[in-house]
Amino acid sequence: MEPVLLAQGAEARVYAARLNGSPTVVKERFAKAYRHPDIDYRLRSTRMAQEAKMLLRARQAGVRAPTVHFADMQACALHLEHVDGPTAKRFIQERTVEEVHAVATAIGEAVAKLHDADIVHGDLTTSNMLLRGGAADQLVMIDFGLGQFTTLVKDKAVDLYVCEKAFLSTHPSSDALFAHMLDAYKASSRHGAEVVSHLDKVRARGRKKICLG
Amino acid sequence: MAARADLGLLALGFEGSANKIGVGVVRLDGAILSNPRRTFITPAGQGFLPRETATHHQQHVVELAAAALREAGVTMAQIGLICYTKGPGMGAPLRAAAVAARTLAALWRKPLIPVNHCVAHIEMGRLATGKARPVVLYVSGGNTQVIAYLNQRYHIFGETIDIAVGNMLDRFARLLNLSNDPSPGYNIEQLAKSAPRAAAAGGGGGGGEHGRLVELPYGVFGMDVSFSGILSHIQAIAPALLASGGATAAELCYALQETVFAMLVEVTERALAHCGGDSVLLVGGVGCNERLQQMMRDMCADRGAVLGAMDERYCVDNGAMIAWTGMVDYARSGRAPEWAELYCTQRFRTDEVHVHWRDD
Repeated sequence: MEPVLLAQGAEARVYAARLNGSPTVVKERFAKAYRHPDIDYRLRSTRMAQEAKMLLRARQAGVRAPTVHFADMQACALHLEHVDGPTAKRFIQERTVEEVHAVATAIGEAVAKLHDADIVHGDLTTSNMLLRGGAADQLVMIDFGLGQFTTLVKDKAVDLYVCEKAFLSTHPSSDALFAHMLDAYKASSRHGAEVVSHLDKVRARGRKKICLG
Repeated sequence: MAARADLGLLALGFEGSANKIGVGVVRLDGAILSNPRRTFITPAGQGFLPRETATHHQQHVVELAAAALREAGVTMAQIGLICYTKGPGMGAPLRAAAVAARTLAALWRKPLIPVNHCVAHIEMGRLATGKARPVVLYVSGGNTQVIAYLNQRYHIFGETIDIAVGNMLDRFARLLNLSNDPSPGYNIEQLAKSAPRAAAAGGGGGGGEHGRLVELPYGVFGMDVSFSGILSHIQAIAPALLASGGATAAELCYALQETVFAMLVEVTERALAHCGGDSVLLVGGVGCNERLQQMMRDMCADRGAVLGAMDERYCVDNGAMIAWTGMVDYARSGRAPEWAELYCTQRFRTDEVHVHWRDD
């Protein structure tokens, strides 16, 4: 089977392909001709390794995330488990209120587990969450490309802030839904209350920095 | 905008936010009639200080204003409005230009329009390239921002979280005692060109000739960039490397350029991918660097976009870009602010300006 391009971003291409006969998703950080080859390879290989490490740690923390089948160090491509199911974005748009609430709970709990393991996802949009087999209790987190390991409360609060922005801009009148997700987060994270109270400060900041002339 | 004002309207613009003082005359049809400027150049190893720079500007602003009118072949009576840089920039130099502009406006009873310096680079770039909706990388001694337009606002997609890239290059040049004439960045660029090259040995990157790379930190954080750590690092390693022959000054210049320009192109590419744009505009003094232009052009070519770069009208600080931006503002609004609002300020973000003159 020829690889089928699923998505292309500024940094990587995502293909559907096969590895040893099984379906796999390949995330390839392609070479950039504009930059020095040493810098190019250093960035692509370290970012790939970082993402593989985050996927593994997320799974160890009890969060569903694609298994890493193979890391191609030459091409800087990760071969990942193929997850079958709709994105949380589509699920929320199409399902009943009860199912959507169940997903919001699942998102809150999954993010809590990540944060308790000192993993910040960095791009918590509902497009980066899948529901395996279309089941509300089978939430799979994908795309840790912007993730980082951090123990700081403020980093976790910013992660929630990004999530809130994404929720509200993708799903009309989803304030209640996000509040529900936050409740689940607060209830299941060790430092939930602290992070959520810091979220208010992040919101108040709005613009996160002041540029000096 | 042409509906309200006739295309013969003339604006006189004053710019003095950094080490350049410039005065320009621009017509509403976009013609630049004159654009003289002077640069305050300090001895090698020294930066430009606010008070000395302001003194330089005060000494030259009157002769420059006279020269601008003379070269344009117009008199003060024919000038329709006066524009000046409100900010951002260094306080004392900003005031030198603002005081000159206010004085002339009061003497001749002309409308006086304050202009955001960053927005002026963008507007002049749009005029000069004819590109309506570019993603803008604004890189200079005081600013490093990736900017995209949406709903009458120039939004900052990413920016430096500490010092500007040009400031970092200037300070590195001081470490090597490079000349500030015509600019420290220019001399870093020339030195970097002399670093030895070899054909690339396959693998990533784009083939071609590449030099040996001294490894430096890479400071991209999401959409933002950081330069202060890179500067500290190279300041720490350079003396020993140079003394032991581990690297030449040329190789250090080369490595620094390759690293920081890769960072800038990367964040610009992300903004371009996000906005789905088809053009990039490179503005600010660092935009004159040919290696940065080449890297940006390569990135654009891969995405089917085009680059507008290296044009003195919008890359380097000048009076005409201030005149043009103040004029498109005034021609649309038909009003000048109250006298009390006509001050200048060191802090004035690009995204604070309501770009009411654009309808797209």
